[in-house]
Amino acid sequence: MNFSDQDKKGWRLLGLPFIFSVLLLAVPLATMFALSFWTQDYLVLKKTFTLANYKEAWFEPVYQKLFNRSLIISMTVTFLTISFAFPVAYFISFYGGRRKALWLFFITIPFWTSYLLRMFLWKVILGYNGVLNSFFKWLGIITEPLTFLLYNSNAVIIALTHGWAPFAILPIFVSLEKIDRSLLEASKDLGDSSFQQFFRIILPLSIPGLIGATLIIFIPTIGDYITPKLVGGPDGLMIANMIQVQFSKANNAPLSAALSVSSLLIVGLISIIFVFLNKKHLRTF
Amino acid sequence: MKATNEDLVHAIVSLNNIKKSFNDIVAVNDVSVQIREGEFFSLLGPSGCGKTTLLRIIAGFESPETGDILINDKLVNSTPPNIRPTNMVFQNYAIFPHLNVQENVGYGLQNTKLTSKSIKNKVDEILDMVGLGGFNFRSSSALSGGQKQRVALARALILKPRVLLLDEPLSALDKNLREQMQFELRQLQKSIGITFILVTHDQTEALTMSDRIGVMFDGIVDQVATPEDIYTKPATKRVASFIGNMNFFRSNILSSTAESVRVESDLLGVLDIDKVNIFGGSKAKVSIGIRPEKFKFKKPNGGKKVKSLAGKLIQKTFLGENLLFSLDVGKKANKVYISLTPSGEGAYPKVGENVTVYYSLNDLLAYFEV
Repeated sequence: MNFSDQDKKGWRLLGLPFIFSVLLLAVPLATMFALSFWTQDYLVLKKTFTLANYKEAWFEPVYQKLFNRSLIISMTVTFLTISFAFPVAYFISFYGGRRKALWLFFITIPFWTSYLLRMFLWKVILGYNGVLNSFFKWLGIITEPLTFLLYNSNAVIIALTHGWAPFAILPIFVSLEKIDRSLLEASKDLGDSSFQQFFRIILPLSIPGLIGATLIIFIPTIGDYITPKLVGGPDGLMIANMIQVQFSKANNAPLSAALSVSSLLIVGLISIIFVFLNKKHLRTF
Repeated sequence: MKATNEDLVHAIVSLNNIKKSFNDIVAVNDVSVQIREGEFFSLLGPSGCGKTTLLRIIAGFESPETGDILINDKLVNSTPPNIRPTNMVFQNYAIFPHLNVQENVGYGLQNTKLTSKSIKNKVDEILDMVGLGGFNFRSSSALSGGQKQRVALARALILKPRVLLLDEPLSALDKNLREQMQFELRQLQKSIGITFILVTHDQTEALTMSDRIGVMFDGIVDQVATPEDIYTKPATKRVASFIGNMNFFRSNILSSTAESVRVESDLLGVLDIDKVNIFGGSKAKVSIGIRPEKFKFKKPNGGKKVKSLAGKLIQKTFLGENLLFSLDVGKKANKVYISLTPSGEGAYPKVGENVTVYYSLNDLLAYFEV
């Protein structure tokens, strides 16, 4: 093969990122994929091809239950986060005036601390003698602390909804910012009330941001591991917790890999279907 | 502006002492204009003169600080734009990007009780009218500038507004298309009889399309008149210099009689100017204005009214429809512009020649210095 100078320049430019991607993305993924078809006996890997891991991952009730719960929690979190994020983004974009940057800055302040710490704080807030229970007791609403607040799916949903809020606010904000304000004047001029204007102009034009926010939240939260571990209790555990248990404690890396690949497939499939269904809104305006 | 008999014709839009400022900058300063039913009215002025603000006040996007605005004899100061009987063609057209031509044009009708079938019929009808028949399902991103402009026009006209507001609608089009659209807009306005209010900084556009023009500077409407009057009898010095070209000569007032004022200028000497050609208050100094095309190289008939001016021709510029000469008249580095319609080679003097140009006293306009 003969390379021109320009080709060489291109290869040099791409070389490092390419090696980086292969080593850090493609190799681990391929390893995990290969591992999922093997078996493990204590510390020894048996490299004979088998579908047993997938059979177990897909048909054992415990894994099915965890997959279902993960999906439901993640979808609920996505829905709630976007429902809370949209009004916030709307407010900043339309009423932020000259202080838009300042508002966005305020929103990011809680995220200067680590994710782990923020999730841990929910234990303090929702716990048996936590902030919320003490407050309710002080108000006299309750005499005994509420126990449904922590160590269940609800706690996971609350913590994740909080944790992922800016990842929904920012893309929605960007899509609202991109709406030409003269379109809003035009819709008013053509007889729209503010209510009609919202549903006929603002919402349809912010759909690219909503799709972005949905994917950004749905994809990572389904595999979240820290939050269910910290605040989920036994009823709030998700598929990632099982993957961790299989890999480390149960010494069953192949099953863990099969669960990971399955999880990847489910998320990938749902995301592709979701994007496909919204294809017409994603054309560039 | 004083009310005259002409203003008694039914005013569809009545602006009375409108004032509006943004952060201490006065955009519209005590403007009173009556816009007549069925006329093509233009608001003309340089950028930042407040003409767009005035249009947006009529549309309801801005509310005046003081003053009243009446549309069809109803006070609309606090009526939001979606209730006003006005529709607007925006400068950037504001075509909804997520809707096709049909949905854009029928947008306002969706809020009425019309059936989708009759909306479709009305859309077809109006698209034919603006020359976009059959474009119904064209995506709005696949439209050219001129087509977008027509969609914006159709979208506004389909609601049959009492007043159509146009905010520099032709400024984004190329010259040929712009001239074609000027003609079409004028035709359209005459055939449907809706009052058009056009905002423009392009004097040619205003002069060719309008029944009347309001010329604005710094938030103040200096003159409201027909295009002919605006050009031949500009009411203030800034209107005179904004519309077309004008040579100005500083002069002092010597004396004044009932019909005329005697003035003395360095270049023009002592002249008697008719009072009808003098505008503004009575101060000691005036600016005498004369249009470049009023100068002649050949002495015209006209007896005592004809005066002359001598100088050296320093530049000749060919502008297509006319030729512009610059004349150095010596004193105070004052250049005088002379404009001619080209009429074959050799008919006019060459650059470097000393020439005498003639003008008539009747062609002089005078403005008191503020």
